[in-house]
Amino acid sequence: MAGIIDIVYAEYNYWIYVTLMMIGFYAMIAKKNLIKKVIGANIFQTAIFLFYISLSDIKGGTEPILLHGETSTHAADIIYTNPVPHVLILTAIVVSVSTTALALALIIRIYEEYGSIEEDVILAARRKLNPEFSEYARQSEVDSQ
Amino acid sequence: MTFDIITNNLPALTVIIPLIAGFLTPIIGWINRKLCWYHVMLTMFIVFLITASNLLTVINTGTIHYQFGGWAPPFGIEYVIDLLNGFVCIIIAFIGLMVSIYSKESIKKELPGKTIPYYSIYLLLVTGLMGMTITGDIFNFYVFLEISSLTAYALIAIGDRKDGIVASFNYLIMGTVAASFILLGIGYLYAVTGTLNMADMQNILPTIYDNKVVLAALAFFMAGFSIKVGLFPLHTWLPDAYTHAPSTSSALIAGLMTKVGAYAMIRFMFGVFTPAFVIDMTRMTEILTWAAALAIIVGSVLAIAQSDMKRMLAYSSVSQIGYILLGVGLANVIGMQGGLLHILNHAVMKSALFLVAGAIFYRTGIRNIHQFKGLGKRMPVTTTVFLIAGLSMIGVPGTVGFTSKWYLVLGSMEAGMWIFVLIILASSLLNLAYFWRVFDNIWFGHPHEVEKIKRDEAPLSMLIPMVILAGLCIFFGIFAYYPLHYILEPLSNMLLGIGVLP
Repeated sequence: MAGIIDIVYAEYNYWIYVTLMMIGFYAMIAKKNLIKKVIGANIFQTAIFLFYISLSDIKGGTEPILLHGETSTHAADIIYTNPVPHVLILTAIVVSVSTTALALALIIRIYEEYGSIEEDVILAARRKLNPEFSEYARQSEVDSQ
Repeated sequence: MTFDIITNNLPALTVIIPLIAGFLTPIIGWINRKLCWYHVMLTMFIVFLITASNLLTVINTGTIHYQFGGWAPPFGIEYVIDLLNGFVCIIIAFIGLMVSIYSKESIKKELPGKTIPYYSIYLLLVTGLMGMTITGDIFNFYVFLEISSLTAYALIAIGDRKDGIVASFNYLIMGTVAASFILLGIGYLYAVTGTLNMADMQNILPTIYDNKVVLAALAFFMAGFSIKVGLFPLHTWLPDAYTHAPSTSSALIAGLMTKVGAYAMIRFMFGVFTPAFVIDMTRMTEILTWAAALAIIVGSVLAIAQSDMKRMLAYSSVSQIGYILLGVGLANVIGMQGGLLHILNHAVMKSALFLVAGAIFYRTGIRNIHQFKGLGKRMPVTTTVFLIAGLSMIGVPGTVGFTSKWYLVLGSMEAGMWIFVLIILASSLLNLAYFWRVFDNIWFGHPHEVEKIKRDEAPLSMLIPMVILAGLCIFFGIFAYYPLHYILEPLSNMLLGIGVLP
């Protein structure tokens, strides 16, 4: 038992990101409400951002800026954290924000058209509005000939 | 002097020209809305010339490496054009050009008042696809992947159809999952290799193949790309999105999005990981062939069950993606050539078919196959294009579809997988079954008022691209030697690690 706790504690940042990611993934799949799906997508993406950010950190590391008065010869002795994942995630955050914005814009249009943002209501409305392409309509067309 | 600046930067211009042109579109549309079409067509033509020049350079002198801002590869972003990139880029530019010519009349009717946003997003989608294809940097790839996905969602939802918006939202959710998986895979590979350059990564990875993180990264990439290409169990976004998008968007997205996804899958399997890893160590290619075989059969069977023309073509796409991935998964030179040739074939044929569906909808407003009776007399040119592209999908000798299926069959035999030969033949019969229903209705169906049928052809700007695409179906069917000999054979050898590129 103690062994498991040690394993979890040693890399707790990864456990946090996996848990968050699964919560987000569950919301995207299981929730019927479209807004909740988008929230799920956001949690999912944020979990991945946390993974990248925690990846770059190192114990006792400092920010990757040359300290005052240090020359490049001294710089080799200092442990720096890796700045690259942070920069990557800045880009990924922009992508995530634009995806969310587009998703919300689509939800507004869906609400205007169907009067609901519940998935099952929309599905039922689509079946009712578009009978011409359903299997039932084709069959009845064949029967009538 | 001035020419040097252009010729030295051609790889970057492939992406930059449609990007800048995309943002210029609103300004040009503000001056005069009619200019937009000329602007987009001219841009696509220039991009096509640039990609053609890139491909010729690659064939003659070998891979092009382009460094941004003079930063050396492992640190800076690098564009690498080899035969695979050059081949896919020229397909993107050509289909983009054809669909942009077609757009003029179709947009007027289907998207009145939305000309400017449509063309702007159109060019940005081409930018995203070009960038995905041409980049040699794995994170840069992710950014372009998201650009192409976001613009594709917008192009699907831009129409007035209610279903288009819901289809676009479902695609957005699926696409976000796929892109997040790919981002996670990139993070894993970065964590173990410390580099983002694809070639550099390929050099470092073989030393750490026993690492579980690398295996997890491969799994994430394959899951992500399977959603992006619409491989069978993960294809659910595809039929709705293709059916309810405006005609021109369907043609562009069906012709290109999944093909670029398949390209990315090939690039990651053979250009980031090594052939030895995906073929022998993880046997990922073998898994891929079985998934592809399943997709071929299920896609064809579902296509038979549809009565909406565009939906039938969408399900047919599911099965055609199976052909491409089957050829890649066979992992021998002949099968690989068949799969890669099918990227070209499917882009040409499926765009032609969706353009025909759009032209029929433009003139008659019909999409249900059972109402197509008598169309052969009404729109003879359009329906002939449909006949040629349809025969090519079935794989009749003399068309492109035959060549790629022939190579796939030979590749399956060489791999000793006789069951795939059976599956390809069975699927050709199923293709015949669902295309014959349409042919039958168009030429042999008798509408009630035969006398009233008059020739009522689609406008010339819609006919020209369709006829060119149909012509290409036959051209590459007869002269398949050229792409195969000059591009695909050395390319397959290179991908599988047999022999070195000149």
